[in-house]
Amino acid sequence: MSTSTIAPNPSTSNPEPILQSGDPPSMPETNDKLSIRVRDLNLWYGDFQALKDVNIDIRKGIITGLIGPSGCGKTTLLRCFNRINERYEGVKTTGDIEILDKNIYDSDVTSRQLRRRIGMVFQRPNPLPISIYDNVLFGANLHKTHKQLTRRERNDVVQQALEQVALWDTVKDKLKTRATTLTLEQQQKLCIARLIPLKPDVILMDEPCSALDAEGIEQVEGLIESLRDDYTVVIVTHNMAQARRATDECIFMLMGKIIEHSSTADMFLNPREEQTEMYIQGRYG
Amino acid sequence: MLLLLLLDRNTTKGNLSFRRSFQQLQDRLEPVVVGVIYICGWSAILFVIAIFVFVFKESLPAITGIGTEIAAGEIEVEQLDLVEFTTSPRWIPESSKKPAFGILALIVGTLSVTFFSILLAVPLGLGAAVYVSEFAGNKTREILKILIELLAAIPSVVWGFIGIVIMNPLITNLSGEAVGLNILNAGIVLALMSVPIIVSVSEDALRAVPDSFREAGLAMGANRWEMIYKVLFPAAKNGLLAAVLLGIGRGIGETMAVLMCTGHSVNMPTSLFDPVRTLTATIAAELGEAVRGDLHYHTLFLIGVVLFAFAFIINLTADLVVKGVRDQSNV
Ligand SMILES: Nc1ncnc2c1ncn2[C@@H]1O[C@H](COP(=O)(O)OP(=O)(O)OP(=O)(O)O)[C@@H](O)[C@H]1O
Ligand SMILES: [Mg+2]
Repeated sequence: MSTSTIAPNPSTSNPEPILQSGDPPSMPETNDKLSIRVRDLNLWYGDFQALKDVNIDIRKGIITGLIGPSGCGKTTLLRCFNRINERYEGVKTTGDIEILDKNIYDSDVTSRQLRRRIGMVFQRPNPLPISIYDNVLFGANLHKTHKQLTRRERNDVVQQALEQVALWDTVKDKLKTRATTLTLEQQQKLCIARLIPLKPDVILMDEPCSALDAEGIEQVEGLIESLRDDYTVVIVTHNMAQARRATDECIFMLMGKIIEHSSTADMFLNPREEQTEMYIQGRYG
Repeated sequence: MLLLLLLDRNTTKGNLSFRRSFQQLQDRLEPVVVGVIYICGWSAILFVIAIFVFVFKESLPAITGIGTEIAAGEIEVEQLDLVEFTTSPRWIPESSKKPAFGILALIVGTLSVTFFSILLAVPLGLGAAVYVSEFAGNKTREILKILIELLAAIPSVVWGFIGIVIMNPLITNLSGEAVGLNILNAGIVLALMSVPIIVSVSEDALRAVPDSFREAGLAMGANRWEMIYKVLFPAAKNGLLAAVLLGIGRGIGETMAVLMCTGHSVNMPTSLFDPVRTLTATIAAELGEAVRGDLHYHTLFLIGVVLFAFAFIINLTADLVVKGVRDQSNV
């Protein structure tokens, strides 16, 4: 068994018969319900401390929202989970992040393996300037998970991924066109679709709807909803209504600290902390 | 820029009267400024046309024939044989018995030097551009960019110098050839000359790629190299192509350095160690000595027209290729 991969989601229940090369047999299940576990996480951008003693447990298979006023560190925290913060100079982190019982800062975890397991969707849709087809298979090609597949099977992978995000019917006749010609909403769906062939355990989303119009928001929210159970979704949002509609649990952050973490219903109906209440009522901007 | 800063400072101070008079001055000056800009724009077009007309006109007598009166009432017409001109490798314009005006060897010389130089310059230039835009820290980047611009500012005669004084003995020592002025020498020198333009154009192209593309690639698990050739290169391919074509254009048009480094002997090359002669160097070396108005003189202008044609074809393919790439990916 390879110890160098992040433990796979043992409950991967996707029905697609896609082979994942090197999937080890299921791990001993210690934290059955836990996906992400953060302990004493601190992060500095140079001298500025953006995260302060963050401790959270994010449950598996549900949608967790990250809310809080602008600049409180939501994006920063999210970008810790796939270690993409590391590309900035002067970022310093202390503490531990365990994802599916594996510390992502362990020396035997490469960012490549990590990011295969942890997909990310960005605020502005960022499909690559290559064809739609190649976009969907980009991750698969990169990680050579589908190398042994025939052309036909690859086509199936693309079709399944695009069907799952309800994009197949729109783009099936123009798979070879450049992905950047799609509408923003379609682009964002494509950005979710390109994660699917890799079957990540966790999908991180940073305000995935903020660039979309009302109809796009509805569509993408529906899509996120459909990802529940199969994936652990962590979503940053500024939109209170969206947090209420689309999440199961919410984490409220303020100035780099976690203030409250509870079920969405609890947070919005009877928040424990006064600061949470003030924010929800719209007093922090 | 400075004026704007001044204006800004004055507005924040609330110096209204100054601001108003400045505004009036601006309003009055506007038509003048617009006029000057128009002239600048159109003069570029005018110059190109004027130069082309001049060169073409000067080359025309070579084709139509030059009459010289050899005896009373007897006129001998000298005329260029266009078939010989384009297909013969013999260029002996000053021969008193039988001059020959074939530029095939010159064309082959130009192309072989340019081709070899671009073979060296493209990997070097692209590699440098990737390093400057993706790997170097801010400080290193600024320093490198300044140095690269400095490299571009070195006069070509100095490059020729380097070719003769440094490359020449190096090549003779390493290869055992008698003379080191050849395609290899000129190609290397020309490559070094076109690297700066390739670097600066392709570095611009790479840095114009939005950071979100890089993040997309990295977040999918690509390492830096994969991100560069699977994400950045496709995203920047138009600009990179333009950089390469500009490099080729630089190579074809270069005169002084190749005059000095190629060995300047008319020759159909069979190896990198053969000396050659280029179109540009031929014009530069011979125009001053050619008798004004005779066939040799006009033929040199015709070579100028050929160079024009080369430049035109390169620019046109550059446009078409870049446009084609764009169209294809936008269908
Ligand atoms: N690359 C960086 N370098 C320096 N400081 C940064 C960097 N990125 C973010 N910050 C700072 O860290 C703090 C948290 O930023 P972050 O982007 O995580 O906030 P956010 O909660 O996502 O805000 P928003 O809702 O506006 O997206 C902010 O004060 C920001 O200025
Ligand atoms: Mg943010």
